[in-house]
Amino acid sequence: MFDIVSFIPRAVVQSIPLLYGSIGETITEKSGNLNLGIPGVMYVGGICGVIGSFFYEQSCGGNVNGFLALAIPILCCLIGSLLMGLIYCLLTVNLRANQNVTGLALTTFGVGFGNFFGGSLIRLSNADVPSIALSATSSYFSHHLPFADSCGWFGKIFLSYGFLVYLAFIIAFVSAYIIRRTRVGLQLRAVGESPATADAAGINITRYKYVATCVGCMIAGLGGLYYVMDYACGIWSNDAFGDRGWLAIALVIFTIWRPNVSVFASILFGGLYILYLFIPTGMNLSLKELYKMLPYIVTIIVLIITSMRNKRENQPPESLGIAYFREDR
Amino acid sequence: MNNQKVPLIHLTKRKALPWYAAFGIRAAAIVLALIVCALVTTLLTGENPLQIYATMFAGAFGTPRKLWILGQQIAILLCIALALTPAFKMKYWNLGGEGQVLIGGLAAAACMILLGKTLPNILLIPIMLAASVLAGAVWAVIPALFKAKWNTNETLFTLMMNYVATQLVAFFIIVWESPKGSGKIGIINQATEAGWLPIIGGQKYLLNILIVAVITALMYVYLKYTKHGYEISVVGESERTARYVGIKVEKVIVRTLILSGAICGAAGLMLVGGTDHTITTTIAGGRGFTAVMVAWLGKFNPLVMVLTSFLLVFLSRGASEISTKFGLNQSFGDILTGIILFFIIGSEFFITYKINFRKSAKKEAE
Amino acid sequence: MEEKIAAVQMRDITKSFGKVVANDKVWLDIYRGEILALLGENGSGKTTLMNMLSGIYYPDEGQIFVDGKEVVIRSPKDAFSLGIGMIHQHFKLVDVLTAAENIVLGLKEPGKLDLAAASRRIRAICDAYGFEVDPDQKIYDMSVSQKQTVEIVKVLYRGADILILDEPTAVLTPQETDKLFAVLRNMRNDGKAIVIITHKMHEVEDLSDRVAVLRHGHFVGDMLTASTNAQEMTNMMVGHPVVLNIDRPEPVNSKPRLEVKNLTVRSIDGVLKLDDVSFVANSGEILGIAGISGCGQKELLEAIAGLQVVESGSITYLGDNGETEELIGKDPLQIADLGVSLSFVPEDRLGMGLVGSMDLADNMMLRSFRRSRSIFTDRKSPRTLAEQVVSDLEVSTPGISTPVRRLSGGNVQKVLVGREIASAPTVLLTAYAVRGLDINSSYTIYDLINQQKARGVAVVYVGEDLDVLLELCDKILVLCGGKVSGIIDGRGATKRKVGMMMTKLGGDSADE
Repeated sequence: MFDIVSFIPRAVVQSIPLLYGSIGETITEKSGNLNLGIPGVMYVGGICGVIGSFFYEQSCGGNVNGFLALAIPILCCLIGSLLMGLIYCLLTVNLRANQNVTGLALTTFGVGFGNFFGGSLIRLSNADVPSIALSATSSYFSHHLPFADSCGWFGKIFLSYGFLVYLAFIIAFVSAYIIRRTRVGLQLRAVGESPATADAAGINITRYKYVATCVGCMIAGLGGLYYVMDYACGIWSNDAFGDRGWLAIALVIFTIWRPNVSVFASILFGGLYILYLFIPTGMNLSLKELYKMLPYIVTIIVLIITSMRNKRENQPPESLGIAYFREDR
Repeated sequence: MNNQKVPLIHLTKRKALPWYAAFGIRAAAIVLALIVCALVTTLLTGENPLQIYATMFAGAFGTPRKLWILGQQIAILLCIALALTPAFKMKYWNLGGEGQVLIGGLAAAACMILLGKTLPNILLIPIMLAASVLAGAVWAVIPALFKAKWNTNETLFTLMMNYVATQLVAFFIIVWESPKGSGKIGIINQATEAGWLPIIGGQKYLLNILIVAVITALMYVYLKYTKHGYEISVVGESERTARYVGIKVEKVIVRTLILSGAICGAAGLMLVGGTDHTITTTIAGGRGFTAVMVAWLGKFNPLVMVLTSFLLVFLSRGASEISTKFGLNQSFGDILTGIILFFIIGSEFFITYKINFRKSAKKEAE
Repeated sequence: MEEKIAAVQMRDITKSFGKVVANDKVWLDIYRGEILALLGENGSGKTTLMNMLSGIYYPDEGQIFVDGKEVVIRSPKDAFSLGIGMIHQHFKLVDVLTAAENIVLGLKEPGKLDLAAASRRIRAICDAYGFEVDPDQKIYDMSVSQKQTVEIVKVLYRGADILILDEPTAVLTPQETDKLFAVLRNMRNDGKAIVIITHKMHEVEDLSDRVAVLRHGHFVGDMLTASTNAQEMTNMMVGHPVVLNIDRPEPVNSKPRLEVKNLTVRSIDGVLKLDDVSFVANSGEILGIAGISGCGQKELLEAIAGLQVVESGSITYLGDNGETEELIGKDPLQIADLGVSLSFVPEDRLGMGLVGSMDLADNMMLRSFRRSRSIFTDRKSPRTLAEQVVSDLEVSTPGISTPVRRLSGGNVQKVLVGREIASAPTVLLTAYAVRGLDINSSYTIYDLINQQKARGVAVVYVGEDLDVLLELCDKILVLCGGKVSGIIDGRGATKRKVGMMMTKLGGDSADE
């Protein structure tokens, strides 16, 4: 039988890395930067949190302070992703490099960085542990809301998540509000649509691009952190994060650049991602591999449909992917 | 008094730089990048930087066998990059090289498995070639058709096609797994060597290298001297102009992507039939993406791309030697590659733009 | 004026782009309560000079004084805080935002973003000077003149009292121009300083109080408009005496060449672009096409050239020996082979017809490269052709291996028209052939078109300057909202009449 009560929570936890990634990428793209480095950024966000928490757990033996156990990895994650954002901005905004190529290089670097430290952290630090398993830290991250267990199916579906899940929802709605309704959002949209216009209106293009891209990277980095600390119970394994970064970028188009829509779209994707576990295939293991195609095929179909409904409001920011040089003539 | 309010730095676009200056800037970027890489490695391993460079060279050129591997890897990477180049020149961001190679490889493997017992190599290999070229072309042309018809975003479409291809390969691996339950396909036709590409000159990799050399030359001529190449440039530069002179943009997109996918499919054949004699989901090994850099860094010029693919393969071979020698994780190579790419990407700026310091502000600027 | 302090004084302003010196030690004074016309040929540095005042460019050398105090203008923001606002030729508006959103863009007002309050202020400004703007309308739904209005309101909203308008009438109909001028006069009477950049002599005479002339980046002089005349200004602008008449030889031996019947065209989103258009273009004649921008000229030419899907109607090509060919259904190459040649100069000049990053020789190939059978391109004849065009039309370029993007506007146009003429067409379609060109280059183009007419070519000339249409064309077809408003004889037609015909049908929305 299809078990909806256990399916939804699993879809939700699957969706959170995608949600963080797509909010981050949406904010970035609104400034006209197409950051294909998001998959790399998410790896870096995750591994930096792991590194911070690894050293913290090592240094304090068994007595883990709850606040520090949360604050240290989050801070490390934000710093790591911020640095990635800065590299991207330095190259594309100041040095006006091709955004696609820079993004891909950033992904190569970021994924390599994550896997390298994930695999070598123990050797490099001469620690006396067999593998990276941050169970103490992870337990703080995945702490449920207090009454989750006493509320039956309702608690399971709505209350059974770690705080990063709720934070993702909050960030999604807040950023949607900022983009649509505030002065900062208006100016951000103008920068992404027509930097020359925004420039002529006295908006600092460089600053907007930098802030949007770096904030976007930090949000995306949290997705990586959530994945390893909450979803994967604090155990880092190389390449486990997989292609979620790319799906997050696809979600941006899926949601037509709206973080609030992304909340639901990412849960849908999360569901598709794990649907194969819920479809009975009997002994035929090979069919499961075909079901795993679902999220990608749905993405493709959505891409096609959005391109067929060619509405002016549904288009990407006009200057997306193009470096701005004021004196271009 | 108001000097301090004057902007210190002022950018202007350069007129074309002489080739040696542009070359010099790029070389300087690579040297700088190597220094940074050595510093990073020293920090992590405590080795002296010279030792690290020596290790890198040893990793790339140390033994004849390593040289051949270097050559083989350059050939495959270059082949994929060449495949992507016409698409990129048309400003069609084909990030689906990975999937097109995989599908090409899958088609070759399918022929080897299904027809290996019935057909002699002399028939089997042409069939494999046709199958993998066709499979690669089909995989590339699906997003192209939608791009031509509805201007569907090809960057993400091709990217998603990679994952669909990966799952398709995963599916067939389970269908054809051998031995049963192992979850992989071992060496195909180990005994009969049916469908294995012939070894020429006693060297396993020589044939692949020669094939790619020919493709390189052909691609150079195709882009530079043929009408198709010219049409690709026009479409890439200005679609409206292309339509205005009567070039059928849709046709050019579809035709170019068929070519692009076909060459990727051939790369898949070389991997499966020529060297690996098996298929896995990671047979392309990220080269579909690295090839994007090769093409872009080589300014879409096939001859320059020989150098850029050499550079990237050298780095990854060297870095992998470092990681082996110092007991580090293999991903170390990706970090070094990333750093070097950042430097090269950044260096393009100094070729395109000129930085002027204001006369009045020069003292403060320095 | 004698005792007034100039609102803006520019002193010894120098700006160069690479090796090109755009402004060389320019002096300029701008006064309040006065409309200054900044006159000069293309490439004389008018726009560059004003861009430095509005903060787009930064001068290499020189000083700027506002109300007597030296200022540094590093960015548009600095300019705004000094009360300087510029309306650019290419509108700086974000298409997907509304008028109000565009107007408040970049402002640092305290508190929350309050678009309702902004809309009220916008309406107040409109009422004060006589504009019509709907603050909630999206820019992409607006006509060109509406967009321009938004630009002006935007500048006023910021409290600018020094307004610079860069060729504001280039895209307006005569009626819209009159409206704009009335508004500008209102603003002058309100004590604002207004600069309009232009090279149209009659606008200078009509509107301005004072005129300043630039030539090749140098300041030539300024004077009161009342004390000068068009001939003197032109001479100052060009540097030598110029004859201001366009030739119009009588057509010889003309017979029907192209017959358009009941042509109807819809855009992709189903909007009717051409509605039942019929006319005949004769060989040896210039047929002018007048109309508000966007009322079907582009679609008409593209339909003839085979670039536009046609809903109904026919386009017939009549050969010399009485043979007829239906053009609808043929592809652009087959049509071009018949001798129908289209030289279309769109707004951004390089957008269609030429490839900016390719050199002259490669651009010459665009038309001809598919004619040979070989799979390879022929590289030699385009080079010869490029050299010929360069020498015949006096294109100023470092060489034929220079990317056309590096050439100035006039030279780009010469390359384009030169290539089209080189194929010895029997029908020459030109659109906006002199847009943005200076007087000298414009006359070169008129001469070229007249030469083609003398050769017996049927010329279709889509233009925006009614004065030129009236002087150059044998017949003028006036389009209005995609319909033929009338076909009149070029000799004896008046500007007033053509202007009325342009707006007679519907006339409420120029976007149709």
